[in-house]
Amino acid sequence: MAGFLFPASGFRPLLPVLARRVIPCLDVHDGQVTRGVQFGRAESGGLRNVGDPVELAVRYNNQGADEMVFFDITASSQGRASMVDVIERTADRCFMPLTVGGGIRSVDDMGLMLRAGADKISLNSAALARPELIREGAAKYGSQCIVVSIDARRAGPGRWEVFAKGGRESTGLEAVEWAVRVVGLGAGEVVLNSIDADGTRDGFDLEITRRVSESVGVPVVASGGAGRLEHLAEVLVAGRADAVLAASIFHFGDFTVSDVKEFLAGRGIPVRRTPPI
Amino acid sequence: MLALLDYGSGNIRSVEKALHAAGADVRRVASPADIGAARGLVLPGVGAFDDCLQALQRQALAGAVQDWISAGRPFLGICVGYQALFDRSEEFNSCALGLGVFHGPVIRFQPTAAEPHLKIPQIGWNEVEITPAGAPMFAGIPDRSHFYFVHSFFPKPQEDSIVAGRTEYGAPFAAAVCRDNIWATQFHPEKSQRVGLQLLRNFSEFVRRN
Repeated sequence: MAGFLFPASGFRPLLPVLARRVIPCLDVHDGQVTRGVQFGRAESGGLRNVGDPVELAVRYNNQGADEMVFFDITASSQGRASMVDVIERTADRCFMPLTVGGGIRSVDDMGLMLRAGADKISLNSAALARPELIREGAAKYGSQCIVVSIDARRAGPGRWEVFAKGGRESTGLEAVEWAVRVVGLGAGEVVLNSIDADGTRDGFDLEITRRVSESVGVPVVASGGAGRLEHLAEVLVAGRADAVLAASIFHFGDFTVSDVKEFLAGRGIPVRRTPPI
Repeated sequence: MLALLDYGSGNIRSVEKALHAAGADVRRVASPADIGAARGLVLPGVGAFDDCLQALQRQALAGAVQDWISAGRPFLGICVGYQALFDRSEEFNSCALGLGVFHGPVIRFQPTAAEPHLKIPQIGWNEVEITPAGAPMFAGIPDRSHFYFVHSFFPKPQEDSIVAGRTEYGAPFAAAVCRDNIWATQFHPEKSQRVGLQLLRNFSEFVRRN
């Protein structure tokens, strides 16, 4: 499969080509980066602190990350204020695309994050509660700015259900249908997070990723389940994802972003490689 | 000093910070009078073509940009600030006139026979093939370096000679143009890490020499 899609393994393609993106994700709680196992909840103490978000962002920037995603998992007004500070301090030092999600419920919240230095806004529960928010954000800031993040759980053969509130609340919506709808409302990108795979390090859910990627005309970012380098290659090729998002494998130092890029390039997958800064 | 045009574009802070990091002395300006003693002008942009042009008109900046450019003074346009230099956009329901500095329309990516599932917008890092016209703009930057793009539309210049860098997405398009004092990029140098800062440094030095 990899050979068919990307024939010139190890060789440079003849024409310029859009690189598949490698995106570290930082879950931020009370100003610290945390990582849960299978949607661990902050209040149950199921989260481990892994460091200062700005320092981690700078480290990944230097490793050649293509983008960075910050999720405010406190999602309160206090969390929002500290997130603005994190984004401002990161944007002062990292000249790369930044996405912010968690607790953004209005066009004004979006403006606050964009002015702080974010490039994209990721909506999840707020879009489920009021889908018009997607249209409002896209009308004001452009579709390229509005990402919809979907938490999906396998509900049966060939069927995935969308969950809200960090995986805690069932919505009854089918994931592929919801993805198509959010793109219709103006989302410029979809992040697909498999609740079943998240934090397990057993690999992405390839089937739902591919189903969504083939159903929408915008880029799809695969999230949840990265454990080995092979998993990242799989979801880009068999899962047809345009980008991969991962947290644990980077935070715990298993791999650097450049390790990931080297591996993917060896599989003939187009990536952006930069010499270390 | 560089004047950074502030007309409500969302990415102004990022552009300002990146210009600082590239060693430029930069100040935000919101009206023609404030441009004052500036030696270079930067027009950032993100979002819709019409919003950009209408905001520039409201703040009387559109004419100021045209005068600045026709006086031969250094100018850098980024993303929608690049598209604004052309005649018009094919963006849905667009009715705003571009600045008409260069001729040609601003058109949308289209899926092709070779790539029927082309994802639009183009989001991410793509390579730029540098042309001879791009030599000043891309000084010190290796050919086919990756720059960060996020857009559904791009200008199609009538004159091929102004194309400074070419990128491929479904079909080839002009990722950057450069003619004399006018530099403009579809990609975001302020978000393109080291190579982006190098381009901004090149502009800042070009301003110093002119």
